[in-house]
Amino acid sequence: MSLVGELRTSQDLLLNLTKREITGKYKRTALGQAWSLVNPLAQMAIYSLVFGFVLQNNVGPAHPSGLHVFALWLSAALLPWIFFTNVMTSGMAAILSNSNLVKKVYFPRYTLVVSSTLSWLFTFAIEISVLIVVVLIFGGMPLLYLPGIVIAMILLATLGLGLGFMLAVANVYFRDTSHFISILVQVWFYATPIVYPLTLIEGKARDHPGWHILTIYRMNPMERFSEVFRAFIYENRMPPTATVLYVIVVPVVVLVLGFAIFQRFEGAMAEEL
Amino acid sequence: MSDIAVSVNDVSKRFRMYAERNQSLKAALMRGRRASYEDFWALRDVSFEIPVGSTFGLIGENGSGKSTLLKVIARILRPDQGAVAINGSLAALLELGSGFHPELSGRENVYLNGSILGMNRKQIDAKFDEIVDFSGIETFIDQPVKNYSSGMYVRLGFAVAINVDPDILLVDEVLAVGDATFQEKCMEKFAEFRRAGRTVVIVSHAMGSLRSMCDRAVWLRQGEVVRVGDATGIVDDYIDDGHVERERDRERRDEGQARETVIVDGRWGSGEVQLTDVEVLDAAGRKTHLLRTGDPATIRLHFHCERPIDKPVFGLAIENLDGVYVWAHNSRDGDYVPERIEGDGSVDLAIPALPLQGGTFDLIASVVDYTTTHVFDFLRHCYRFDVGEGYPRESGGIVVLNGKWTGLDAKPSTAPIAR
Ligand SMILES: Nc1ncnc2c1ncn2[C@@H]1O[C@H](COP(=O)(O)OP(=O)(O)OP(=O)(O)O)[C@@H](O)[C@H]1O
Ligand SMILES: [Mg+2]
Repeated sequence: MSLVGELRTSQDLLLNLTKREITGKYKRTALGQAWSLVNPLAQMAIYSLVFGFVLQNNVGPAHPSGLHVFALWLSAALLPWIFFTNVMTSGMAAILSNSNLVKKVYFPRYTLVVSSTLSWLFTFAIEISVLIVVVLIFGGMPLLYLPGIVIAMILLATLGLGLGFMLAVANVYFRDTSHFISILVQVWFYATPIVYPLTLIEGKARDHPGWHILTIYRMNPMERFSEVFRAFIYENRMPPTATVLYVIVVPVVVLVLGFAIFQRFEGAMAEEL
Repeated sequence: MSDIAVSVNDVSKRFRMYAERNQSLKAALMRGRRASYEDFWALRDVSFEIPVGSTFGLIGENGSGKSTLLKVIARILRPDQGAVAINGSLAALLELGSGFHPELSGRENVYLNGSILGMNRKQIDAKFDEIVDFSGIETFIDQPVKNYSSGMYVRLGFAVAINVDPDILLVDEVLAVGDATFQEKCMEKFAEFRRAGRTVVIVSHAMGSLRSMCDRAVWLRQGEVVRVGDATGIVDDYIDDGHVERERDRERRDEGQARETVIVDGRWGSGEVQLTDVEVLDAAGRKTHLLRTGDPATIRLHFHCERPIDKPVFGLAIENLDGVYVWAHNSRDGDYVPERIEGDGSVDLAIPALPLQGGTFDLIASVVDYTTTHVFDFLRHCYRFDVGEGYPRESGGIVVLNGKWTGLDAKPSTAPIAR
């Protein structure tokens, strides 16, 4: 079979596996697919209530969009965060939760991880579309940046997928991985300016100039992604070039590395399950 | 192109048997680099070739490495040494319907499973009707598969897998599923497959069907090849060998135990007459656990009674390992009822020519009163014996009918089948 043919069959497989993930997830629930929107909506409402109350004054009007709605400001970073963690954790579980298949059938294993990413990308696209519509209603102009938003979504998926590949391997060999990651995700959440603005950290950094707080803090790729999504959707401007470069280079490097690790261990997986 | 479909070269597969299988980070850190495990070689230096168009059997005891070998050929497991060369496309039926999602409909699952097995959308579209037709569950095809009976589940799984139409098909003990009609359909499909010049590799413990289906076979024992070659010869040797093993076990057990205890897993009766021993004797009058089709044989029942008993009736029955009640006969129906027995004695049932095909059988023996309503002693599965290939040779099943084909002008082939 030629390489093109191989890719074509994989493409159908990817499509079918993704469909299985999407339709399987909410089958037999009354709300069905709507659940995928309810979840982020609930988180958004909770965080808006809790943090909006405390931090309202720290989040000034956006420039140049002029928006000043805490819930929208929050959502622009919260939705990408939820998406990212979903991609990473479901990628991590993809091999283990399909162990029956992996042990009994030969097929390219990466399709399991990729299809879980694609299924989340599907819900993410719906969520972001809804957010964009709401921003439009409130008078923002995010449509100009739509191509940028799409590219950022793909790059974020790339980052999550790359980490998902690494964690999928780790999870097969050490079942503790998933517990460890669930704690890490919580810490990571508060280490990223999602529910609070970056200015808060900048203030702290000014107080302790010798500690390089900001430099370290901004190495977090999710910090950069928050900036990018907020810039495009909420503030309606281009993010700084350094950040753009960062969110291109890091995800690509992570994916290449993750896929290499995955391929290295792929063949030995079946017997560890 | 060569005429070898699969060539297995010096393949070894090692599994790590961890002292405590603890897949946790803590355990790994505590162990350090030197994890405590033992190497277990599930396959060792296995080499053989499977010619294109042959039906090839893998035989061996439980745990001898058959499934492991099949998985190595299917590329699910990676060999630690050696390599497998495959010539053509390959599909494996290791577990049917492994990729099914219970909440999705049969239709959706056909597409899903088909693509997992390597078909693209167009190929599945083209095969869809055939798949549904073969599975015979048209009316349920739009129901979620979790509502399927386990047989239906397997049927759909098999229908998808067999319609992948690979050059080489690997099958691991999945023949025994589904009802009789479906099994027949499967066999028909395999035959079609073979006629189309494709290669089939089968793992099975059903020696009868292996003998009739396969032309070549490999015999594995503890991960090593015992023999490769002509299927009939290997199957027969394997059965004989299994018999020898069991005979050895039996001797060991006999030595360890008092002589008079009969090995039984079911015994009842009032005990006025007791069956003290059951024997199967060959033509020379020696006790044996191995007979061949067509051999003369004698079944001897030894009994003991404290007080004299009038008109006892002795009964014998044969079951095969599947529990099929193959035969039964008692001495009243045989018109052989002694007026009175007392003390110790024995009674024989002579069989002029054993009309059983190859397999393993159990004897059931009993002694009852003349009305056959009062049981003195009943022994279930008191004696196990194997039947090996003999004469006449017939194709399959339990019994030999010594049938002859007539009515056409046909010459017997030059190679005689009989020994
Ligand atoms: N993943 C695994 N890890 C450790 N040992 C394994 C693994 N898979 C198989 N084994 C061992 O390898 C040996 C061969 O197993 P295999 O399943 O190939 O046997 P088999 O010949 O198919 O037996 P059966 O007739 O029961 O199906 C067994 O001793 C089994 O315990
Ligand atoms: Mg097996």
